[in-house]
Amino acid sequence: MTPKTEAELAEIISGTEGPLRIEGGGTRPLGRVSNGARLSTSGLTGIELYEPGAMTLVAKAGTPLAEIVAALEAEGQRLAFEPMDHRGLLGTDGTPTIGGVVAANVSGPRRIQAGACRDFLLGVRFVDGQGRVVKNGGRVMKNVTGYDLVKLMAGSYGTLGVLTEVALKVLPRPRSSGMLLSEGLRDDRAITALSHALGSPYEVTGAAHLQRGQDGAPVTMIRLEGFENSVAYRAGELQSLLAGFGRFTLETDPAVTEAAWHHVRDVGPFHGREGDVWRISVKPTDAPGIVADLAGTEALYDWGGGLIWLLAPDGSGVNAARLRAAVAARGGHAMLIRGDRSRATFAPLPAPVAALQEGLRQKFDPRQILNPGLMAQGETA
Amino acid sequence: MQMPEPNPAILAKKAVLVERLQGVLPNDAVITEISETRAYECDALTAYKCPPLAVILPGSTQEVSDALAICHEMGVPVVPRGSGTSLAGGALPTADSVILGVARLADVLETDYDNRFIRVQTGRTNLSVTGAVEEHGFFYAPDPSSQLACAIAGNIAMNSGGAHCLKYGVTTNNLMGVTMVLMDGTVMELGGAHLEAEGYDLLGLICGSEGQLGVVTEATLRILRKPEGARPVLIGFNSNEVAGACVSDIIKAGVLPVAIEFMDRPCIRATEDFAKAGYPDCEALLIVEVEGSDAEIDEQLALIEGIARKHDPVELRQSRSAEESAKIWLGRKSAFGAMGNINDYMCLDGTIPVSQLPHVLRRIGEMSDQFGLDVANVFHAGDGNMHPLILFDANKPGDLELCEEFGAEILKLCVEVGGCLTGEHGVGIEKRDLMAHQYDPDDLAAQMDVKDVFDPKWLLNPAKVFPLDSSDPRRAA
Repeated sequence: MTPKTEAELAEIISGTEGPLRIEGGGTRPLGRVSNGARLSTSGLTGIELYEPGAMTLVAKAGTPLAEIVAALEAEGQRLAFEPMDHRGLLGTDGTPTIGGVVAANVSGPRRIQAGACRDFLLGVRFVDGQGRVVKNGGRVMKNVTGYDLVKLMAGSYGTLGVLTEVALKVLPRPRSSGMLLSEGLRDDRAITALSHALGSPYEVTGAAHLQRGQDGAPVTMIRLEGFENSVAYRAGELQSLLAGFGRFTLETDPAVTEAAWHHVRDVGPFHGREGDVWRISVKPTDAPGIVADLAGTEALYDWGGGLIWLLAPDGSGVNAARLRAAVAARGGHAMLIRGDRSRATFAPLPAPVAALQEGLRQKFDPRQILNPGLMAQGETA
Repeated sequence: MQMPEPNPAILAKKAVLVERLQGVLPNDAVITEISETRAYECDALTAYKCPPLAVILPGSTQEVSDALAICHEMGVPVVPRGSGTSLAGGALPTADSVILGVARLADVLETDYDNRFIRVQTGRTNLSVTGAVEEHGFFYAPDPSSQLACAIAGNIAMNSGGAHCLKYGVTTNNLMGVTMVLMDGTVMELGGAHLEAEGYDLLGLICGSEGQLGVVTEATLRILRKPEGARPVLIGFNSNEVAGACVSDIIKAGVLPVAIEFMDRPCIRATEDFAKAGYPDCEALLIVEVEGSDAEIDEQLALIEGIARKHDPVELRQSRSAEESAKIWLGRKSAFGAMGNINDYMCLDGTIPVSQLPHVLRRIGEMSDQFGLDVANVFHAGDGNMHPLILFDANKPGDLELCEEFGAEILKLCVEVGGCLTGEHGVGIEKRDLMAHQYDPDDLAAQMDVKDVFDPKWLLNPAKVFPLDSSDPRRAA
């Protein structure tokens, strides 16, 4: 089913009896496979409003991400949260939609400085499991009118409602960018260096460490964006600040910088390689210890260490239980992004949090027809 | 402003309630004398007052949990209170409620500069969070103008903003985790020192829920390294339209100032009389501040100056020193004091799309003539968060009501042009009855469904946020 209007979508949901599998562009199949009928938002398309001077864009949920990116580029702006493209990692095709980005709260390397998708989400319209059309938030940057269901919808994977429209804050594209690179650092040294950089006043907008860079050696990457002189100045200051960690060379070709950070954003090192892929959110300084506990895996650290992308090959002996235990021992959570989807994808929740989550689900989808099983406690048992 | 009648059955249980609360709290943490509870009868929206049944000042999460469990069991409403600086009546008690103040929860629990966070108890004031980390060169970004007094608990409840949120975001963008107690006493952790809590974004949901979903006792907050420096430029224009166009052009040019403040003529005149900051006598004034090293600041200010020159400014003054910066900010920072010097005033908080600035200012001017009340505008122009200040005389019968009516019309206008009722102050009781202008019944029902889940008996911070007629059936259930 591919409704063309919000009203049509509401009618479908009100009228259906069986479960529904909610889809944007179908490029991010995560979690338990639902046996429901496919309901796609890809028929709800179009940019409704774009005011560059107000840094605001409103689009229907099924609008292809590429269309939005192109419209923003024409005005020298962008989605600052840098949403990841999952196709390379998951081996999917299709067209990523803005609604899918929001439903999965997808962010990229700049999340560490600029914020996540949910931080740029100003307003939503959605149809909940009762067929009720709900709007929340709006199109302005500051809004505390009533409860913030906007945040609740971001990252709820279509389990509370089907998004029909989203309003986003956008930002200017910086005039210039560059990055500092260092090869051969051990994980713990690299994360310490990144912590120093992120704790400096030099506005780092990307801080990653790849155990296996493009030529096989470990590479530590620090991104700077802004006016050309400012990038050069801050790069120089950071080189002095990090002198004790070895040599950081400056790359100033914007095309090289962009390609390198797309590689990090889309978890390029793991494309086409065998094994489960985990996304682990932790306190940055805990990250190297967790990875060290899970021998036989390969890690890509983003967000200064706060995000670990972990490749666990079949022979590594790293299973969900071992991995979740290593994370839980230090605080944080892990999500299975690629692997056997009949197993637990989302992190298990503490009982009182799980009770609230189930309570919300009962309210917004009392018939349990929206992506049933996904994000549910049964799923994570 | 209508509030529900106090429940006589609860009033009758006061003695038992107090005795039970004294059983779980230190003696001096349960306040029942009317002479002492009076200090809690209102917040910064002083037009409305009501002494509570009792006030409790727990000193730990466990004490909060124990006290809430008792109130829950006895069916007694609880009004959480930070420092009582709400301009929206968010901490206004009802006569049958217990005020739960977090003032005794003021400790710093952990600071971590490598991972860039601080964990505090939520009774701590906003400014003292920065105070705890500034010797290491860090700061906590949200900076509401009440930051000297306001508590983090209240900041979280109202999702407070400030002058610098154009660049750094508001509370919800800087909140990483909380310890929260539900009305039934259940203690839970959401988020923590890592980014992005697992499951639904409950952290995002409780931030800005005006103390109606739970009592937050501890918070993990993102801290940032202070920029090397900051300097403003002051630009005067002869029309609001041109000033608005200049704001839009600055944003489009790719500069992201840390703040863009806007003052209109009535506000400029009042602050000039009061603070003598040397502002030009013009229709509209912008203060644009940028951050970085000296050279970075110079480059950004030069770019802004170039844009402003295309709009024929009547005055353009770039700060070259800390002293000049202070002078430029002096008038803006004394704006509220200057208004208070003239008369009583009501401060509104609607937000509008930036493109609608000239239209909205013109309409406010017309309404000012119509209502016969003066209004001055001072606001965060970069994000469209307006703060019209309506002057009235509290001693003149009918003036407050007239002022409220005028304020409501301005807020309806904000919604009409695509904005919202409140950008950073919250709904509280002040804007409660206007909610139906922004939200349809289904929109409100979805929000009230959330309340049903977190607080099924509707005991936490009753009679706020939602119009009473829409919440009546749920509160009675």
